[in-house]
Amino acid sequence: MRFSHTRAVQRFAALAVGAGLAAALAAAEPATPSADPYPSTYAASAAAPVLIRGATVLTGSGARLEDTDVLVADGKVAAVGQHLATPEGARIVEGKGRWVTPGLIDVHSHLGVYPSPAVSGNSDGNEATAPVTANVWAEHSVWPVDPGFDTALAGGITTLEILPGSANLIGGRSVILKNVAAVTYQAMKFPGAPQGLKMACGENPKRVYGAGRNMAPSTRMGNVAGYRAQWIEAQEYLRDLGAYQAKLKAGGKSAEDAKPPKRDLRLETLAGVLKGEIAVQMHCYRADEMAIMLDMAREFGFRIAAFHHAVEAYKIANLLAERGVCAAMWADWWGFKMEANDGIQENIALVDAAPQSCAIVHSDSEEGIQRLNQEAAKAAARGRAAGLDIPPERAIRWLTLNPARALGIDGRTGTLEPGKMADLVVWNRNPFSVYALADEVYIDGVLQFDRAHPPVLPRSDFMLGQPAAAGVAP
Amino acid sequence: MIRLQQIEMAAFAGACLLAACPVGAAPAAVLLKNGVIHTQAARGTIDGGSVLIVAGRVTAIGRDLVAPAGAEVIDLKGRPVTPALFGGVGQMGVTEVEAEASTNDSTLKLGQMRPEFDLTYAFNPDSVPLAVSRVEGIGFALLAPGAEAGRKGGPGSSIIAGLGSVVRLDGRRPRAPVALAVTVGADAGPLAGESRAAAFMLLAQALEEARAAAPLAAGEQRLLTPAGRRVLKSFLLEQKPVVFEVDRAADIRTVVEFAAREKLKAVVHGGAEAWRLAPLLARAQVPVVLDPLDDLPEQFDQIGATLENAARLHAAGVTVVFSRRSASPHDARKLRQAAGNAVAHGLPWDAALAALTSAPAKVFRAAAEFGSIEAGRPANLVVWSGDPLEVSTLVDASWLDGRRQSLRSRQTELRDRYLAKLKAGAAR
Repeated sequence: MRFSHTRAVQRFAALAVGAGLAAALAAAEPATPSADPYPSTYAASAAAPVLIRGATVLTGSGARLEDTDVLVADGKVAAVGQHLATPEGARIVEGKGRWVTPGLIDVHSHLGVYPSPAVSGNSDGNEATAPVTANVWAEHSVWPVDPGFDTALAGGITTLEILPGSANLIGGRSVILKNVAAVTYQAMKFPGAPQGLKMACGENPKRVYGAGRNMAPSTRMGNVAGYRAQWIEAQEYLRDLGAYQAKLKAGGKSAEDAKPPKRDLRLETLAGVLKGEIAVQMHCYRADEMAIMLDMAREFGFRIAAFHHAVEAYKIANLLAERGVCAAMWADWWGFKMEANDGIQENIALVDAAPQSCAIVHSDSEEGIQRLNQEAAKAAARGRAAGLDIPPERAIRWLTLNPARALGIDGRTGTLEPGKMADLVVWNRNPFSVYALADEVYIDGVLQFDRAHPPVLPRSDFMLGQPAAAGVAP
Repeated sequence: MIRLQQIEMAAFAGACLLAACPVGAAPAAVLLKNGVIHTQAARGTIDGGSVLIVAGRVTAIGRDLVAPAGAEVIDLKGRPVTPALFGGVGQMGVTEVEAEASTNDSTLKLGQMRPEFDLTYAFNPDSVPLAVSRVEGIGFALLAPGAEAGRKGGPGSSIIAGLGSVVRLDGRRPRAPVALAVTVGADAGPLAGESRAAAFMLLAQALEEARAAAPLAAGEQRLLTPAGRRVLKSFLLEQKPVVFEVDRAADIRTVVEFAAREKLKAVVHGGAEAWRLAPLLARAQVPVVLDPLDDLPEQFDQIGATLENAARLHAAGVTVVFSRRSASPHDARKLRQAAGNAVAHGLPWDAALAALTSAPAKVFRAAAEFGSIEAGRPANLVVWSGDPLEVSTLVDASWLDGRRQSLRSRQTELRDRYLAKLKAGAAR
């Protein structure tokens, strides 16, 4: 079950009918918070249908279709096939020599929370004041003005998950955004997408707190003890909540005396994970630590959606695939700290090669997010050199379907199947080339980036009126 | 199996397949034939060309070379050959793992101005990033000290970080120091009393000390040690490159004017906004070392950053050299991808290759050894599986100082160990 506005209304309604006690309901309010207090206000503007004709299409669902048309209508993929009829008023895009892919999805970005310029006033990605800050939501730090959103768009990014940083064992909730220009983050928020919970393994938490402040955790065993203590508290919280709800349900004096547990943002988040409403997105480099985390997830009964920065995922590719956990990886970033020391360029390809795998290319970088296609191309080439068969129609899944899966939005975007959001990119050639450029980027059928017709003024307010960007020589 | 293949090929025609050719030994003569030879020299690019290597040196380049008796002959089948690539300005050989202080010797933090700081004493030819980068076709890099403010009240580095030297990725001793690393602009603030303006004040004072004919009077406030004065003076006399870390256009202009006044041979490093001053830089013959992937205002100094920086500078006649902004030895292999992106944004392909080969070799005075394929020069060259700037292209073979290089590294060892496990369904 996911947190969504509709679900929350349903849950609330069921409770009201079952209890039938207005007084009890009033008392319940503090403990049954709104599931969606900061709702998405994003709505794609109306746009004419788009017909892309005669392109090479990578569907994201595993197919490569030559000389194929893609029809977009009402913000959705309407059809993919040959010789599609042209609807009235449609924008026609000549696809000959071009490639069409689903919009790229980055599961790991700090755009907006660590924006450009990297100044202290806008440094809002790590609430590094305590090792557990499950109470914070990354969305409340997002600066929509970050010019990095625009450069990512030029690289074909249509959807991205913004996460808190990795200073903390439990860093806070993530948010999934559509990469559209907006004044508020709510107007970028992917409607109905679940939130994630950022957690971090390894060196960062123990360095920030142990080495940095002489407090727990200072070791990896301290890290694990730290997470476990939180899950135990969350279990207690759920028990208290359950007992309270049982009393309400019983009615009569029991219901009148029922006292809800005190609202606690931290425990609400952790309980959301244990209830399966929030998926864990876990920063974890080392294979052995990932295995520990998988055991911990079993111990407390929650799901890890993906390991991020999984530099050693190749060492446990079979284990990850069997457990249904995605690995989000870089193509070749390595060596900057001990837990990144065993990075290899074949990592993504090896993880992908395990049966039932879920390999993802991610960025964690305002530079990398601009060219996830090139990162995938490097990884695929290394995989092929190692004897693995990785055609473009497979590699594109690392940037589209698989990240959509990890984010729980694969029913809505990530492939070009009819009925899905028309999030797609028209590339000037095979996207797995260093020379490939996104010519056009559509989000929900709306042309958000058009290389042939760049905006006269920059989209980011920060870049507006900057003499340096305009090229005036001092 | 490979051994057998080698014997067969040798017996057959004195030839060998790239994958099966012996590594490490320097046979008397090697003929690479039927390739596309990007000489980065007067001969330009030769289609269907050959390169003859004798006793570790390139002795001939052309279309119809004949292999001397006993020479190893390698048919390139149209594949490109380039000079061994430049790995950028950074910490190659002095940093194993950035976050581990015990493995990182890149930055002098004495709180003193010590231009005589010679980083080559820390160079470790066994450093793993060397082999990892070598496998990617990199043959040389400028080892240059970093600059950093002190932590927790400790001393920081100086606006003059120290000496830079060309290091060779086959692990030979670094070349003699050739460059001086200087920080101006926003990053100089914390090293110069919290104002970038003071960087030029301090630099001018240091140069005055270096030029002083007579020893300074006792008690006179001085910035430099006697050794530091000698080093700085040598840069003035020999016109060796002074590499200024600088991004903001106004600061770049100041660097050009300051260097002209002080008679320094300036190189701009960083240069995010250099394109805005392209004609000035061309006139003053100031090369720009830049990261082609810079396109965001990482700092206020870089608001003018654009993917077209290299293309615009080149079009104006400025010498462009590529380097990653991170300066990390782990990141050097991404430089040719960055170069490919510069091409995608308007830089001519040959200029991009030059920015990875001949340009850095000339700017850092290593052109007798690196940066081109020319008769009489040591063989430092790479055979590629395809376009060397393309991300899917791999190195097929490489020679440094005339020796065939191994294409293995710690990473290929890790790959092979776990690929075998994966194939057995046992990666767990």
